[in-house]
Amino acid sequence: MNLLPRRGSLRRQEAAAGWLMTVPAIALLLVFLVAPIAMAAWVSLSNWTGIGSPFASGVSSVGMRNYAALLTEPGLAQQQLGESLRNNLYYVILVVPLQTVLSLGLALAVSRKRLAGRGFFRTAYYFPSITSSVAISIMFLFVFGNAGVVNAVIGYLGAHGPDWFDNPSGVLHLVYSGLGVTQPPAALADHGLLGMPWWEWLAGPSVAMIAIITLAVWTTSGTFMLIFLPAIYAIPAELEEAAIVDGANAWQRLRRVILPMLRPTLFLVLTLGLIGTWQVFDQIYLMSQGNPAGTTLTPAYLSYVESFGNQQWGQGAAISFILFAIIVIFTILQRLMLRDRGAT
Amino acid sequence: MKGRRLTTVMLSAGVLALAAACSSNGGFSSPSSSSTAGAKPNKTPLTLMFGSSGPAETSAVQAAAAAFTKQSGIKVKVIPASNLTQQVAQGFAGNHPPDVFYLDSLTFQNYAKDGVLDPYAPTMPNATGFSPVLKETFSYQGKFICAPKDVSTDALYVNTQDWQQAGLGAPPANWSQLRADAQKLTTHGRTGLVLDNSESGIDMFLYQNGGSVQDRAGNVVLDSQQNVQALAFVKSMLASHIMKFPPQLNAGFSGQAFGENKAAMVITGPWENGTLQSDYPHIKFKVYPLPAGPTGIHATLSFTNCWGVPKDSKNLGGALAFVKYLTAPQQEMKFSTAFGVIPSRAAAQATYMRAYPQYAAFVRELSYAHPDIAIAGATQAISAYSSALAQLGSSDPASILKTAQRNLQAVVNSSK
Repeated sequence: MNLLPRRGSLRRQEAAAGWLMTVPAIALLLVFLVAPIAMAAWVSLSNWTGIGSPFASGVSSVGMRNYAALLTEPGLAQQQLGESLRNNLYYVILVVPLQTVLSLGLALAVSRKRLAGRGFFRTAYYFPSITSSVAISIMFLFVFGNAGVVNAVIGYLGAHGPDWFDNPSGVLHLVYSGLGVTQPPAALADHGLLGMPWWEWLAGPSVAMIAIITLAVWTTSGTFMLIFLPAIYAIPAELEEAAIVDGANAWQRLRRVILPMLRPTLFLVLTLGLIGTWQVFDQIYLMSQGNPAGTTLTPAYLSYVESFGNQQWGQGAAISFILFAIIVIFTILQRLMLRDRGAT
Repeated sequence: MKGRRLTTVMLSAGVLALAAACSSNGGFSSPSSSSTAGAKPNKTPLTLMFGSSGPAETSAVQAAAAAFTKQSGIKVKVIPASNLTQQVAQGFAGNHPPDVFYLDSLTFQNYAKDGVLDPYAPTMPNATGFSPVLKETFSYQGKFICAPKDVSTDALYVNTQDWQQAGLGAPPANWSQLRADAQKLTTHGRTGLVLDNSESGIDMFLYQNGGSVQDRAGNVVLDSQQNVQALAFVKSMLASHIMKFPPQLNAGFSGQAFGENKAAMVITGPWENGTLQSDYPHIKFKVYPLPAGPTGIHATLSFTNCWGVPKDSKNLGGALAFVKYLTAPQQEMKFSTAFGVIPSRAAAQATYMRAYPQYAAFVRELSYAHPDIAIAGATQAISAYSSALAQLGSSDPASILKTAQRNLQAVVNSSK
């Protein structure tokens, strides 16, 4: 007779207890994460009209038709998706590097031990990040208004400021016309992607979008500065001292010592930046609603108006899944680019 | 390996359970179009959801609800929505739409198409007393669905002081007089005429020139020669700087440009009256019907909401009794006094004209008003058209209309 339970059954009991402990967490994940995503995926494949449950008997699958209307069939839906992707792409291309460089610069500046009033500067730079985005958006509407501060400064310098939020011209188009190219070459005008000619893809962010980009960089740099700061403090002082002894100048120390040490943090900041910028919504909702002429439309905002405004819930959900795919692809690309050489 | 499989099983079980839970209460799945006006009121409390223009409207609606509760014994929860369209949509998706809500003419098309509205309008007392253009706005496939709440039309606001200074006489009767007057009223720092830079600020010119947005069969007829000419006229006014859009004057909307006297004339609707009285009391103005087009056609746009009632309301009888109360001529007149809207019933409109002779132009224009564009599923196409019109000063009228024609007709075709 052996009174002790056998080893295997003890393991089994432990495993059962373990599962029991994790049930609340799993349930929460199921209800608030997995189920909504699954529901949205179903909606993107269905003809749900927004009335009652999407799983009710009257709702049926339409296969990939919602995705086809957005990706392959010429029409307004496809054109607006193209526009929104172009606008958002320029937004990402400008905001992510600018906010990363700016926040790193701010972090390096306020981490210097000899700087007087470090606490004050840290708080000042972080302030925009903790202020309500609604308040900041409204403030920028005034700052970039026709008679706002920005145009007053431009006027003081002798130039005439643009109607920022009413100007749909792409800044690259303005550059081309400055170089004497006002009519698109036939190759760029007659061919395109997603219902939009290449010439329009090459328009660059509109003047209105530049104002929103400025806002985004100004707002988020403080947050990322806060992420860089502890990482900079964690770099052992001996490393930098050794570099100084070896005769490295300030630029070489930054390039060869500090930046390599910050690689994991840089990865985090770039990833968060990429995801956040592809999902830009609240500034668009508050400031421009996609105007002027659709040049500040973004996929996240388009998904919202297509669903809640136009009651095309399937297409709205499909846009969000297309956006999801784009974010995943960009994050993987960035991971490949920042991967430690030598490591797998 | 085993653990992973177990997780998968649990995940799918959870999703299935959730799906089952959701599908078991799909109450909106049985379509029926017959009116349920015979429904008896019960004591289930009602919810009223509305988008408020300000404190005056909120308290007037609350007072009306309180008076109805006193009369009928049915409690009403009044919810001022911060984003009405979104909140009503959330209600329908969750099977708990408000029992009575403001419904704009464009969203009306979507819900009417889905068949979720109770088509109660013909059963309202004196249903023929609503203005014909409003009945047309809230009819779907020839059937009058919901009772119009109120109406607004676009008219010509003229700053009387600027007018006298320029030595002008009678208000402009046609386009050429409008142009001449705008020319004379334009000074340094003041523009003759200001319009809102959107479809609802410009489309009346199409009708005045004999054009239209849709024909009787519902097909889009935006790319007609008359419409191109009409937009060319508006563009020429913009080009000669005697007409501008509000953003060019650093104003958010035309009423603000008018109030700050950056504009001597604006084409807008009665919703500006409250702002003009409260924020710019020193501005003296008169309201005239819009000038006619080159061939003498009078036209304006009308904007309106109806009282939406979902057909699956838990207290349909109560909701209809409430709407009956809200659309009674005396109650409509109370709303007019409180926040300036124009009643939807002809009887109340007559009272309104006697009480506010200075705003009689809005009512007089109703006989030739056209409903603002509303097509089911066309929100995006309309807003694309609207933002294209905002750039009219620097674009080609024919290509704006051609693009809008293609996009809107595609929506019409897809719902046939």
